[in-house]
Amino acid sequence: MENSSIEVHNLSVSYQNVPVLWDIDFSLPKGQIVGIIGPNGSGKSTLLKAIMGLIPLASGNVKVLNKNLSLVRDQLAYVPQRETVDWNFPASVEDVVLMGRYKKGNLFRRLTKIDKVIAQESIEKVKLEKYRDRQISQLSGGQQQRVFIARALAQGASIYIMDEPFVGVDMATEKTILDLLIQMKEDGKTIIIVHHDIQTVSNYFDYIVMLNTRLIAHGPTNEVLTEENLQATYGGQLNIISKIQSIIKEKEFPLREKGFEDK
Amino acid sequence: MELNDFLTLLTAITIAVSCSLLGCFLVLRKTVMVGDAISHSVLPGIAIAYLLSSSFNSVFMLIGAAIFGVFTTLIIDFFHKKLKLQEDASIGITFTWLFAIGIIIITLFTNSNTDLDQDCVLFGELSSTFLDKIIVGEYLIGTRSFWMIFPVFLIILVFILFGYKGLSIISFNEDYAKSLGINVGFINLIFMSLVSVTTVMSFESVGAILVVGLLVIPPATAYLITNKLKRMLIYSCLLAITSCIIGFYLSILIDVTASSIIIVVSGAMFLFAFFIINIKKMLNI
Repeated sequence: MENSSIEVHNLSVSYQNVPVLWDIDFSLPKGQIVGIIGPNGSGKSTLLKAIMGLIPLASGNVKVLNKNLSLVRDQLAYVPQRETVDWNFPASVEDVVLMGRYKKGNLFRRLTKIDKVIAQESIEKVKLEKYRDRQISQLSGGQQQRVFIARALAQGASIYIMDEPFVGVDMATEKTILDLLIQMKEDGKTIIIVHHDIQTVSNYFDYIVMLNTRLIAHGPTNEVLTEENLQATYGGQLNIISKIQSIIKEKEFPLREKGFEDK
Repeated sequence: MELNDFLTLLTAITIAVSCSLLGCFLVLRKTVMVGDAISHSVLPGIAIAYLLSSSFNSVFMLIGAAIFGVFTTLIIDFFHKKLKLQEDASIGITFTWLFAIGIIIITLFTNSNTDLDQDCVLFGELSSTFLDKIIVGEYLIGTRSFWMIFPVFLIILVFILFGYKGLSIISFNEDYAKSLGINVGFINLIFMSLVSVTTVMSFESVGAILVVGLLVIPPATAYLITNKLKRMLIYSCLLAITSCIIGFYLSILIDVTASSIIIVVSGAMFLFAFFIINIKKMLNI
């Protein structure tokens, strides 16, 4: 596809000969908020790691902006799951956000004034300027998530890949993060998010990839988010059926009070 | 201060500071037990190098140790990630096995006259390091132990000064560092090699068991006191130096091995810091 942000071709990943992702093939549009959804163990995080080149592929390839990853690595910013790091690490908010300015080329040199200005701007974008010098363990879950997003923003990339950014954050933070994502989208950024809460899918994402080891469906949310596809993705998980019904209901009664379903 | 005391103390401090600097990152990465494993499993490397060159004073020994140290981390990784054995079990298997091989090599192939014996390997003998002086022309330029650890200390210092950003980002969030295109494997390799080489250099003076104390206790104490990484590095060095000085003089006073007193003092400082911080917390509430 000419205008794709990320293309994945025949991608398979396995752990100890058990396939976690099998023959995944899709391409994602630019400048949209894309959701990757599927049940636990469906390979969502693995797919992100495969796109970022963090794990070996059993087969297939990934193209970012029509190029090999190594050529456009600086266009890709990764926001890992918040729980994957130890927040007791001795660092301040600013220290962590500055890490977004680390590159292969400047790793053994000092950061410049420009780096610091960019980090400061990124902290302001996520509204954490009051907490700039605070130790990261003294932040709430939502604030920690925003620190991670600020760090990614500091990279100045055009594609943002986020692993479950809404997990363990309160409603107010969820709204703050979502507003920020919409702002980023308006700035022309592409945002790809692994998400597990199917209740909110139709409100958050322009485009979705439905995954359960195999690719179930991908496309604009209003076309792809059908009962049939949800069955295929979450099938077998009986407790999910009730959720699916509630989603269908939600489609008839969108959560207007949240105020972002038109974006 | 007597010259011999000064030389011994200088050696102890250089070793302790080298260990503390590396130990900070071991503590932050939660891989202290890997450091412990390395400190034991370099033994076959030392023994083989000793047999080949029949002295402590060789580049062989460093290379042998570095190889075995890195080899240890690779085996632990292999057991843990490929064979899905839990990490502590992988560590336990790897280092005891290699250490045992080292002991067998020493008992079988060295005779009773050699410097390398099991006591020396386990506990070291800091207070005898001053016996082996290096004299150039008419000038005493230090002890052999000091000149063995000092270059390693300088390399560690340079590595931490220049590699600070890399080390800190890998310690905090390794996957993210990889996503930035940083060569994580290379930095880890240098780091683990330095841990191996440092433990070998410390062998003679403090032994395989107590070197772990130097790697962990001052950094862990500094970790309690501060929440800034740069300060943690500086404080752990200061703590290491202080415990060396206090420990050394106490060892003369009550006539026991210096290395064990140094660790005991270190541990006492840790407990002290722990109590002070908790009392402070209680008073604040």
